[in-house]
Amino acid sequence: MQDVIAPVKEFILTRYLVGEDPSLLTPTTPLISGGILDSLSTLELVTFLEERFDIQLEAHEADRDRLDTLSAIAALVEAKRRSTP
Amino acid sequence: MSAFRPLHTYLIDSAARRPAARAVDDPGVGGLTYGELDRLSERARDRLVALGVRPGDRVGVYLRKSVDAVAAIHGVLKAGAAYVPLDPGSPSWRAAFILNDCAVRALVVERAFLDALAPELGKLGADPRLLVLDDVGAGEGLAAALDRLDRVEPAPPAPTATPDPEALAYVLYTSGSTGKPKGVMLSHRAATSFVDWCSETFEPVATDRFSSHAPFHFDLSILDIYLPLKHGASLVLIGEELGKNPLALGELIAAERITIWYSTPSILNLLAQFGRLEERELGALRTVLFAGEVFPVPQLRRLKARLPHPRYFNLYGPTETNVCTWYEIPPAIPDDRIEPFPIGATCSHLRSMVVDEAGRKLPPGEEGELVLSGPGIMSGYWNLPERNAQAFLVDRDGVRWYRTGDLVVEGPDGIHQFHGRRDRMVKRRGYRIELGEIEAGLAAHPELREVAVVAVPDPDAGVRIRAFLSPRSERKPSLIELKAFCTERLPRYMVPDGFVYLDALPRTSTDKIDYQTLKAAG
Repeated sequence: MQDVIAPVKEFILTRYLVGEDPSLLTPTTPLISGGILDSLSTLELVTFLEERFDIQLEAHEADRDRLDTLSAIAALVEAKRRSTP
Repeated sequence: MSAFRPLHTYLIDSAARRPAARAVDDPGVGGLTYGELDRLSERARDRLVALGVRPGDRVGVYLRKSVDAVAAIHGVLKAGAAYVPLDPGSPSWRAAFILNDCAVRALVVERAFLDALAPELGKLGADPRLLVLDDVGAGEGLAAALDRLDRVEPAPPAPTATPDPEALAYVLYTSGSTGKPKGVMLSHRAATSFVDWCSETFEPVATDRFSSHAPFHFDLSILDIYLPLKHGASLVLIGEELGKNPLALGELIAAERITIWYSTPSILNLLAQFGRLEERELGALRTVLFAGEVFPVPQLRRLKARLPHPRYFNLYGPTETNVCTWYEIPPAIPDDRIEPFPIGATCSHLRSMVVDEAGRKLPPGEEGELVLSGPGIMSGYWNLPERNAQAFLVDRDGVRWYRTGDLVVEGPDGIHQFHGRRDRMVKRRGYRIELGEIEAGLAAHPELREVAVVAVPDPDAGVRIRAFLSPRSERKPSLIELKAFCTERLPRYMVPDGFVYLDALPRTSTDKIDYQTLKAAG
């Protein structure tokens, strides 16, 4: 999990939470429902996940529930990695 | 000029002509024919009348984008009432404020929204009659709710209302500068004069399939809903979540064989960037309409390179007039063009003038405020007499001209170029935002002493919104806290992009907040 959470956390902090105390962004902080990611930044996050972890997310996988926290994102990335041969 | 017919006549006439044709589709969910949609909306009409709705009333529609919502809207119109569409993405206090502000007689609502809404309505002392849907989709949710009530006591058949041209058809709430949304009242004549202009200009046919991308509380939805229904064509609904997902939208335009697309430039830009358009069969798409904000030319050029064959139209107009000027983008955009395309010529159902601050007409070539008159103009703002007095200019002949607040220059050919705003309203992703409404929302935070919000032009995003804050004490709310706070208080599209803390906000010599300095720092 941690090998996914750390780079995603870094991405979100440097792009969308400039100047924030990193310890406040926890694995359960709501990202989309908490107003940190809007629709455009969610797409940028999806592009980042695809490139960084070499996975392809289908349209229905890029939804709010699967991307709303760092731990949900880590679970999604892990599941995609396992299903890719 | 043809005789006046109320807005819901489009559905009734097409249902009589082509009852078995598909009226509305929700991809992956289902749809209804003209006959079925007409019948379901009649049942909704009967139930609303049984609940006490009378001609001239307002009825809230608080449903996700769905076939059920289209049927409910027509039920309201057939009962002779005006519908008030609520944003499912907005905080429930805002929905409650709107419902109470325009004193709805009844509310058609999804149970999931009602749980959060009911206490907010209670605080305001509002108690509308309810038509509650357990779910929405291809019309079954509305049908099931009507069945349930009919089992207790059947709703007697009610006549379909024949409202006057000046009767209200809908009230659309937009951002208000004081922190409270304001209701723009549109009559049946305003709606039908606009739809008839669309018919002349875009020449739809019964085989057309229209996208419905904009939410129903947004004025783009008027073209989306009523233009296909008038022509016996099909309306393809795009739900709130799907609408933000360009990859899925690219698939949908191809699979649903959309022929006429209408949205904000923001979503077209996302489609060009993330929609994998080059992989798809999009030959059916013949017309692309966009409105709501400036389309930066480099982004429009990229879209046209990926999707070269449709005709592209820039439509302009505030909610108060719906579309009032239009411009067809030339087939080839010169490589050296950077300035945005004009907002264009005045629509044939309206008249326009460019005026100075005193309301005097200016000659072509001079910058001034665009004002409009004609049947498509709003009746006024709901229950805001002072705002109404400011919103209209009355000329010597007693003609009312709506003041858009937009600064334009009219060329000798009648083509208008947009130059900016007079006030603190900005357009972001097609939504209009009064910066004062964001300030009022943030000012409610107990740890903040002062708040000022500015919009800064941005080549990619159009504008970025920055909030400058001074804290009451050492304990400054974190960025994460501020964003979450805004999300609870404001519609999503109003949450600022950035927050900056200052010990004190800069002031002018007259002790007003110095927005110019903040904008320069933003």
